[in-house]
Amino acid sequence: MTDRGLILACSAIGAGLAMIAGIGPGVGQGIAAGHGAAAVGRNPGAKGTIMSTMLLGQAVAETTGLYGFAVAIILLFANPLIGRL
Amino acid sequence: MGNGSSLLSAGFAGGNLLQMSSDEGVSVGVNGFLQYKFFGQEVWLTTTTICMLIVILALVVFALIANRVIRKADPEKAPGPFLNVIEYMVDAIDNLTKTNMGEKHGGKFANYIGTIFCFILLANISGLFGLRPPTADYGVTFGLAIITFVLIHYNGFKYQKSKHITNLFKPALLTPINIIGELATPLSMSLRLFGNVLSGTVMMALIYGLIGKFAIIWPSVLHGYFDVFSGAIQTYVFSMLTMVFISNTFEEE
Repeated sequence: MTDRGLILACSAIGAGLAMIAGIGPGVGQGIAAGHGAAAVGRNPGAKGTIMSTMLLGQAVAETTGLYGFAVAIILLFANPLIGRL
Repeated sequence: MGNGSSLLSAGFAGGNLLQMSSDEGVSVGVNGFLQYKFFGQEVWLTTTTICMLIVILALVVFALIANRVIRKADPEKAPGPFLNVIEYMVDAIDNLTKTNMGEKHGGKFANYIGTIFCFILLANISGLFGLRPPTADYGVTFGLAIITFVLIHYNGFKYQKSKHITNLFKPALLTPINIIGELATPLSMSLRLFGNVLSGTVMMALIYGLIGKFAIIWPSVLHGYFDVFSGAIQTYVFSMLTMVFISNTFEEE
C-alpha cells in the first residue's frame, strides 16, 4: 500500500468515526422535543412560543454534531493530510 | 490512485477549497468556472458566486415589482392578492422583531432581519431549482455571521458604553472563557448554517450521483425535507439568534 493510499483509507475511517458525534445532538434534540410536547400538553395555548423556543434550543444543541460533520467533510473532500506527504 | 485523488489533494495543499469533487460523478463541492486576477491574487468565479447572483437578481426583481405595486396602490380600495402577500410579509417581520427585541428597539432592526431572512431563505431553497445553495459555501455564511458580530458589538458599545468591555472581566477567573465565548459566536452561527445546508446538499448529490437511474420521483420528498424544511428552520434560527444576541446588549446595568 502506498503512503497516499494509507492516508486516504485512514481518512475515510476517520470521517466515519467523526460522525459518531451525531449521537449527542440526536439524543439532545429528542429530549428537547419530548419536553416541548409535554409543555404543549400542559399549556396548549402557548404552542407558538414553546415551538420557537424548542427549535432554537435544538438548533443550538445541533452545533456539536455539525462540528463533527465539518471534520468528516474536510477529511473526505479537502484532506489537509495529503499535502504533508 | 488516479484522477480522483489528484482532485482531492487540490484542497488545502493548493490553498483553495475549490475542487471538492470525487470521481464518481458526485459533485458536492464548489466548482470554479473562470479565473481572473484581482490585485495580483488569483480569484475564481465559482458556482457560489453565480448562484448568489441569481438569488440576488431574483430578490431585486421581486423588490422592484413590489415597489411598483405599492406605489400604484389605491389606499381607498382593498389590496390585490400580490399586495396582500407583501403586506403579510412586512407585518410578519415587524412582529418577529418586536416580540423578540422589544417594542422600543425592535423596529430599527426589522430592515436587517428582513434582509437576511429573505436572502438566506431564498439561498437555502435555491437547491430546489437546481442551483448549488450559496449558503453551502463557508465564505457566504461566515460573511453573514461577521455582519451579525459587528452589529452585536456596535450595539454593545452603544447601549452599555464601557461596561461592554468590563463585563468580560466580571468573574475575573472566567476572563479567557468569556473572551473565547464572544469570539465563538460568529463561528458557531456560521458553522450551523453551513453544516445544515451542506449536509442536505451532500445527501442530495449522493442520491442523484450514486443511484441516479432509480432516483426518479421519490427524491422530491427528500427535497422537501432537506431544502425546504431544513432551509426554513435554519433561516429562522439564524435570524432568531441574531435578534437574541443583539437584544442581549440592550439590558441596562
